Amino acid sequence: MPESLTRAIRWDTVVGALLLVLLLLSSGLVDGFGNALNLSFLIGNTLPIALIALPMTLLVVAGEIDLSVASTAGLSGAVMGRLWNEGMAIETIIPLCLLLGVVCGLVNGLLVTRLGLPSLAVTIGTLAAYRGVAQIVLGADAVTDFPSQYLDFAAGRLGDSFLPRAFPPFLVLLVIAVVVLHATPFGRSLFAVGAGEEAARFAGIRVKRTKLLLFVATGLMSALTGIFWALHYASARYDNATGLELSVVAAVLLGGIDFDGGRGTLGGAIAGVFLLGALQNVMSLRDVSAQSQIVVTGVLLVLSVLGPRVARQIAVLRARSSG
Amino acid sequence: MTHPPDTGPAPVLALKGVSKSFGAVRALRDVSLELLPGEVHALAGENGAGKSTLIKTLAGVHRPDAGQVLLDGEPVVFHGPGDARDAGVAVIYQEPTLFPDLSIAENIFMGRQPRRALGRIDHKATRAATAALMERLGVGLDPDRPARGLSIADQQIVEIAKALSFDARVLIMDEPTAALTGSEVARLFGVVHALRAQGAAVLFVSHRLEEIFRICQKVTTLRDGARIACEALAGMTEDDLVRRMVGRELAELYPERRARAGEVALGVRRLTREGVFTDVSFEVRCGEIVGLAGLVGAGRTEVARAVFGVDRWDAGEVEVAGRRLPRGAPSAAMAAGVALVPEDRRAQGLVMDLSVERNIGLTGLRTTARAGLMNRGAERSRSLDWAVRLQVKYARIADAVSTLSGGNQQKVVLAKWLATGPKVLIVDEPTRGIDVGTKAEVHRLLAELAAGGVAVLMISSDLPEILGMADRVLVMHEGRISAEIPRADATEESVLAAATGRAAA
Repeated sequence: MPESLTRAIRWDTVVGALLLVLLLLSSGLVDGFGNALNLSFLIGNTLPIALIALPMTLLVVAGEIDLSVASTAGLSGAVMGRLWNEGMAIETIIPLCLLLGVVCGLVNGLLVTRLGLPSLAVTIGTLAAYRGVAQIVLGADAVTDFPSQYLDFAAGRLGDSFLPRAFPPFLVLLVIAVVVLHATPFGRSLFAVGAGEEAARFAGIRVKRTKLLLFVATGLMSALTGIFWALHYASARYDNATGLELSVVAAVLLGGIDFDGGRGTLGGAIAGVFLLGALQNVMSLRDVSAQSQIVVTGVLLVLSVLGPRVARQIAVLRARSSG
Repeated sequence: MTHPPDTGPAPVLALKGVSKSFGAVRALRDVSLELLPGEVHALAGENGAGKSTLIKTLAGVHRPDAGQVLLDGEPVVFHGPGDARDAGVAVIYQEPTLFPDLSIAENIFMGRQPRRALGRIDHKATRAATAALMERLGVGLDPDRPARGLSIADQQIVEIAKALSFDARVLIMDEPTAALTGSEVARLFGVVHALRAQGAAVLFVSHRLEEIFRICQKVTTLRDGARIACEALAGMTEDDLVRRMVGRELAELYPERRARAGEVALGVRRLTREGVFTDVSFEVRCGEIVGLAGLVGAGRTEVARAVFGVDRWDAGEVEVAGRRLPRGAPSAAMAAGVALVPEDRRAQGLVMDLSVERNIGLTGLRTTARAGLMNRGAERSRSLDWAVRLQVKYARIADAVSTLSGGNQQKVVLAKWLATGPKVLIVDEPTRGIDVGTKAEVHRLLAELAAGGVAVLMISSDLPEILGMADRVLVMHEGRISAEIPRADATEESVLAAATGRAAA
């Protein structure tokens, strides 16, 4: 089989194609999907998943995972609300919240790399812990009176187009993440760490430092997402972004990032994110209940672990029958 | 207890003309062996002589290609370890595998505990049976103690007790003393004596010759898969045994070399890693190949890992070209010009799912990058260049290394490291598990590198390889350098003597 064909059936390409098909079908068949306002909602609601998916992709490629991302986002939003209530300037609050995200990531990273604990267990623990702290910080309050220019930035769109105003900054972050993963020695080493940690260590790659850095980046991006979330929905509550980790992990795996590490592309992951976002949008337009949407997300998560494996198996079988 | 009649007892378990091959490797050729009740029989031979295959054949793990396994004189076919165990054959391995959270008694009777009414486990009977077994072995281990925290020696006792509980008549002990201290060995030997007195047949494998002479009556020596001798130990000397183990001609696949040793490239001084190796000092000069010999577990690999920085050391220092290396930093060692071709190719040498290109590229991520970005052209040409120089055979350079043969995989590991232009090259078992032709290529390559001024430290368990390649031989025994032998004086006997801890002959 020619190489171009083998490449064409790669899972991330499949997901990209699925996304296109879904967008085309929905704009034809689903009322209210294709207009600029709905599309800007779709993208705006998907941005939190997309923002966290960037570092999460790198983390999963390196063979680790962080399930505390939504709680870090919630904590960051809660601290932002509390400090705002205390009268601090938003220009001071935002850097502090980002710093908090770094600390959250550092805690995860140190527990995983220094104590050798499995990241799945560690971050389930901090998932609970960070959310608990968020509740202590803000209680049942909802802080909504953030400065309007910030609210407008997070919720508005570029003129009458379908793009949210926050989209260009996201694009910049996306490009940075793509370059880091696919065009730098650091990114290249992540694939080696994920696919063969010991061999990576024997090749002089600083495995622990690398992983620690990724956890910190994930914490930072989660905190940024928490700030964006509170502004986008004009509400800082301790339970902001609850359950978001499920969407992020589902989207990243759906995009063909191997749960065992060492395999995948950021393009695929982002296609997965927007495929999931578009599905959720369509379901909302069709009045599918929130509970059912979670069921769909869960099923997608399972399928997305299965899908790439089946695709690889088919590729192997085809290669064999032709070779 | 009972003494065998004068006609001599019949063998409990025997091999008759057994051969076994794995692919092109003939692990056993026409080997016969008889294990008699009340006798401790030693199995001697170098690494790779076929001892493990023989044990696994007796234990029902392997089935012979030709020849027979005889139980009480009757041919039997073991379809698996379970069959052998039911027939009364038990194997005690170097590293026992117990369930750590269960008690000693539960481990021994796992899955077949004495029952009370309604199928409930009779803990009292289990404990009593275990205590009786311990008594038979003359060991005072508490049946209720959990297996976690038992020393390896105690775990072995539990395994032996388990074997007895299956009414084992044949006990095969595969290097049981390798991880034991002196007093633990003495206790184990006490147990072996007790078993022997009770009429069990024991097959004992050990690299420590003095142990063979201490508790065995007979020895079978294997070399290259064939039985060289089966004789009574009474009247033999350790030197006799060593000669039988190694007495082969040096194969002539080693390249002609004339060493021109230059400056000291690698200096290791008083290097110690607690409990692993102690006070290790040596030098390797530019253009020199230094062999590092010793038995498996003597600490050779561990020294290499520490020098390269994969493990930390506790004391001592490592210098490369006169500059001290920080400990525990492979990247610093690489920057100083050290390369390590590790022992475990599949786990340490290569990322099996990555391509040939990416694997070779892994050591050049920083050097081929331009302005912090990957330069794919440079990466590919570097990888291609070295793959071609080492004549690696692959379909496409983008194929995963897992699709390559073992010999070609090893060449990829070498390519990956040679591409860094090392000053000091450490190779750990560079030709293990690869075919004769590739082996000769690797040897020629190492000789060329040395001729080009690279300092080569070669760890090998293959004595002919050490003798054929090295300008000097360092020998390790139990974590220390026990001898340094110049090429002229290095013989299989002198190296093996130092490796087994006897004074140099």
